[in-house]
Order: sequence, then C-alpha cells, then structure tokens
Amino acid sequence: MPFDIYLNVAVGGILTGLVYGLMALGLSVIFGVVRVVNFAHGEMMTVAMYIAVTLFSAFHLDPLVMLVPIAAVLGVFGYALQAGLINPFITRPEHSQFLLLVAVAIILVNVLLIVFGPDAKNVQVSYAYDSFQIGPLIVDATKAYAALAALVVAAALFCFFQYTTLGTAIRACADNYTGALVVGLDVKHLYALTFALGSACVGAAGVMLALIVDVTPSLGPAYTLLAFIIVITGGLGSMPGALLGGVMIGLTEALAGLLFTPSAKSMFSFAILVLVLLFRPQGILGKKVA
Amino acid sequence: MTNKTPRNKAGVSRRTVTAGLGALGLTAGLAPFNIARAAGPLKVGVLLPRSGYQAGIGQDCQRGVDIAAGILKDLGYPELEIVNADTETNVDVARSRAEKLIGEGAQLLVGAFDSGQSSAIAQVAEQKGIPFVINIAAAPPITEQGYKFVFRNFPTAGMILRDAFVDQKEVFELTGASPKTAVFMHVNDTFGTAMAGGIGAVMPKFNMPYKILETIPYDPAARDLSVELAKAKATGAEILLMVSRLNDAILLTREMVKQRWTPTSVMSMGPGWYEDQYLKTLGKLSDGPISYVPWYDPNKKLSKTLETALAKSSPGVNLNTNHVYTFEALLVAADAYKRAGSTDPKALADAIRKTDIKDNSSIGPGISFDAKGQNDKIVGGAIQNRDGKLVTVAPKSAANAKPEWPLKPYNQRS
Repeated sequence: MPFDIYLNVAVGGILTGLVYGLMALGLSVIFGVVRVVNFAHGEMMTVAMYIAVTLFSAFHLDPLVMLVPIAAVLGVFGYALQAGLINPFITRPEHSQFLLLVAVAIILVNVLLIVFGPDAKNVQVSYAYDSFQIGPLIVDATKAYAALAALVVAAALFCFFQYTTLGTAIRACADNYTGALVVGLDVKHLYALTFALGSACVGAAGVMLALIVDVTPSLGPAYTLLAFIIVITGGLGSMPGALLGGVMIGLTEALAGLLFTPSAKSMFSFAILVLVLLFRPQGILGKKVA
Repeated sequence: MTNKTPRNKAGVSRRTVTAGLGALGLTAGLAPFNIARAAGPLKVGVLLPRSGYQAGIGQDCQRGVDIAAGILKDLGYPELEIVNADTETNVDVARSRAEKLIGEGAQLLVGAFDSGQSSAIAQVAEQKGIPFVINIAAAPPITEQGYKFVFRNFPTAGMILRDAFVDQKEVFELTGASPKTAVFMHVNDTFGTAMAGGIGAVMPKFNMPYKILETIPYDPAARDLSVELAKAKATGAEILLMVSRLNDAILLTREMVKQRWTPTSVMSMGPGWYEDQYLKTLGKLSDGPISYVPWYDPNKKLSKTLETALAKSSPGVNLNTNHVYTFEALLVAADAYKRAGSTDPKALADAIRKTDIKDNSSIGPGISFDAKGQNDKIVGGAIQNRDGKLVTVAPKSAANAKPEWPLKPYNQRS
C-alpha cells in the first residue's frame, strides 16, 4: 500500500480526534469541578448538531459562524440544568446522579425523535466536498476547519481557567469544596457556571461535528460512550488529557481501520482503554488520587 | 289456591320459556352481525425499522404501506387493518414488538426490511402460529428452517447475486465495457455477510471479466467511512462493488468526492444507492451508480398504478424496491385473506402457500411460493441513477433506458 495512504489516513484521524477531544473536554471539565458524570453528554451534543442543521436549512447560516451563539445556547441550557436539576443531587449518592442524567439523556433523544423524526440530517455547506491537496496529502476541508476551531475553543477555555478570577474561583471549588465555602465563594453558582462551560464546549463540538457527520436522534449514546473512553484514557478532570485522548482515539481508529479490518476499529479504542485502566488507572495525564 | 308443581319449583314457567325463546330468537337474529364482525378487516402488524440507523429505509418502506389501502380496494381485495410497529433497527426489539403485536391481536405480520430482524420475527411467528410475510430480507436461512408460517416474496442473497451477475454481463455487452478489477465493500450485518459469502460461491460460475482485488467489510452504523474508502482507493481497482445501506452509501459517495476518486462504475448489489434520500441528499453527485437489485417492472400495469398512487401520496418520491415489495407483502396478505375467507392463522397460511398472483409489480412472472415459503421466481433488475430519477437498464424485458458508462468524474459535475 502506498505511503501517502497512511499519511492521509493518519492526518484525517488526528483532525477528527481533535473534535472528539473538544467534546470530551466538556465532560472532563464538568467532572473535574462538579464531580458529576454527565451521562447526557452525547445527547447534548446532538441537540447542538440539530440547532446547527436547523439554522442552516432555515436561514443558510454557516455552522462555523454560528459556533459561538450555539455554544452559548448550550451553555445557558447547561447552567439551567445544573442550577435547577442537578444541584439538589450533588450531595446524594452517585447512583441517584447517574439515574438522573440517564433520564435526561433518554428524554433528549425522544424529544429530538418527536421534533425532527428519525431521518439523518446534514449541513450542505459550500465547502462540504472541498479538500486541500498538499503534495500527496489530501486533507478534508471540513475536518480541517473543525479541528482548527476545536483547538481555538480549547485554548480559550484553558486561558479562562488559568488567567481569569472566575476561572481561578472555579478551580478553587474543584480543589477544596469546604475551603471554597469557607472563603465565601458561591459554590452552587460556580458549579452551574462550570456545567455551563462544559455544555458550551460540547455545543461547540456538536456544531463542528455537524460538518463531518450526519445527525440522527440516536447518535447521542454512541458519542457519550466515546467521550467516556477519551476522558478515561486521557485522565478524568484533565483538560490536556481530554484533547490528547481524543487525538489518540481518532488516530488509533483510523490506523487500525487501515492496517487491520475497518469494522473492528472500535475494538482498538477499547483495547487502549483496557490497557490504560490496567497500567495507569488515573489516565495518561490524570492525577493519582491519594 | 296456588298449584305448586315441582316444575314450578324449578322456576321454569311459561313466562320463562317465552323469555328463553325470545332470547334465542334475538341471538339467532344477531348471529349475522357476529359473523360480519369476525369477517371484518384482517389485522396486519407491520414491523419496520422506523428509528435507528435504518430509519430512512424503514420510513421509505412505510410509503408502500401508505398507498396500499386505496389500491387494494380498487383491486377488489378485503380491507386490512394496519398496526405499525418500530423495530428500532434492533433484532431484540424486533422480536419483542412481534410478540406484542400478536398479543394485541395481529392476525398476520409483515416486515421487516432487515434479515436479522426478520429472522427474529420469523421465530416468533412460527412459535405462535401466525403467518409472517417478509417484504424485504435476503439472508437464505430464513426460508431454510422448515417454517410453516413464514413466507418471503423477495429473492435470497444467492438469487440476487445470480441475477446481478447476469445483468452485469448484459450491461457490459450493451456498453462494450470490460472492467478487469474491482474492490468489494460491504456492510458486516446479516445481509452484507450473507451477500459476501454468496459472491465467493456464485461469481466463479459466471466467468466475470473482473476479479476482486480486496474485500472491505465495515460497520453499517459507521459515522465516518474515510478510512474504508481510502483503503478501497489504494487498491487502484476500476470498479467499486457495493453491498450497503442508505447512510453508508451517502457517506461513501461524499468520501469519493473528497478523496478525489471516481471509479469507472459503482455497482451496488443492495439498497442505498437508489434510495430517494440518496438522490435528494447528493443531487448531481448521485448520478451514475448502477444498482443490481430486486426491482419492479416499469412496464407492468400495477407498477404504473403504484407510481401514480405514490406521486399523489409522496410527491417527488421515485417508486423503488422498498415501496413495491412492502406493497406486494400486503397484496399477498389481502389476497390470502380473500381466498381463505377467515382470519384463522392456519387457513391464512394455507391460502398464502397457494398464492398465484400474476398481475404484480416486481420483475418476473408473478407471486407464488415454493414448499419452503420462498418466491423463487423473482428476477432482479439493473437500475441506474439518471438526473435524480431511476431508469431500468436490464434485463431487456423490463428495461426502459440504455446504460451509461463510465461514471462521470465527480469533480466535473456542476
């Protein structure tokens, strides 16, 4: 097989992996601070995809232009979800939180099914079929734009947590819940804000993914599972870990599909997950809990 | 003085006898109404994948159900009461929905587009003794189990392949083409795997001009097929041989455009490439592929009736296999009910076994079933996408256009 095929497939895998990474970043941020595992993560991303598809089909608004507004809508939804529904469950047993978010996921899937029907929908932007040729390398234009946007969003999120007062306050909540309460931080508001940020992340990822894959209401659970594989591989709660995990999974699936059989490529993602759980349970960039 | 006889003690008086006779008369008088109720519409449970990754095709099959009532009435068949059920593109759900439909009084089942789901429903139907007429499903084992209540008016994978190779040769002859190499991509579900196995067994018998360089199986629910297509492109094959579904057919076409690869021809031996959603989603990019599939004869009277009815119920939608074979499954049900004159499952199954419908729509001499419950007389066709429409290019007996060869390069379509 010619070498350029390996190169093309590897680049495609990395670009898709970056979008996966952004999606998983939202999950990681929420878990890292609020300590709630969002089982409705993929479903929330599907909601964002449907918003992008609807805006495009109704008003021809390019998803990349609508990235920030749609992320903001998902952010508001996430804030409302945390403040109104999840906050009362924070101190309850984990299985209660689990059931609550699974219920939210099921409701979202069925509402989407009622509203949009079961048919696959997509965004037919003018550059949908474009590709760049650099020597032997052919790069899918939509994947390239989506990956670039994923990097920008991830960098903005990183800067927010590192260099803003609000970001520092959120990190304080994550580090020491009681300490944050003692110094007078409004922890519930900060939790809701974190959930909003995580939701905005997944909203942005959904908008970009709408450029790459067709959306159906049943898409959510598969992406929730994928997000879990990525964050556990990269390290739950670690932002760089989520991006790294995304790239690793994207690249592994692409190369495994090429070198072995494409229908078994998901098996390799799970194999990585098992290896990480065996030899580095906290994830590649995760912190070991004492 | 009251005369109390033992008979009076038993409560049987003239008044009681009169009341009894009256009741008897009333019962006898109402009897015809009871018979009329029993001979009401046949309750048919239609199982289709209306959600999940096969939802597009399931919804398309539903169009065949939607046009059935009016046409069957015009043809003089009794009324059917349709009860719809969603298999959710899931074998276990298909099984449980079939059980539920039978529990709710369905007297005959129709479905389920997919071989895996149809196999599960067939087991339930056989166990409960309710006739099951398969609209679309090609895996051979379904009618090889010795089932007494399962009937299939659709070709098996072997029959599809046999006719596909015959029609391919006819197309090569008509166009003067003689491709030497092919790459074969197929979904790895029950249908795709059966077809892949069948190709290995059937192809050598037909002395085809091309040889298959590589076989690439893939997940039918895949969201991204870029790797699979890159692998196919790397073989350098002239033609792309496909056994796919709808969503993957769309994904693969997009990838061919993005990866700048136009094979000489896309030759499909399954669904996907001729579906309405494929044509609408891809526009000009959908033109060219030839599907070697079970199809309808555009020259038959019933086909024209179906086209007219579909144009009215779903404007802009082309008549296709999904509509025709789903309609024909209901036609088989209505025809059997008419002849059986009863909703008794055994009587219905016996009537279906003796089906002999000549005025049908699919290519071939008509609808009848062999001892295994299989219509073994169906003939496949070759369909080409042309300007958002579908034309039949083979066999000659059913053709309404000549095939176009080779595929116009994707980057030269405006």
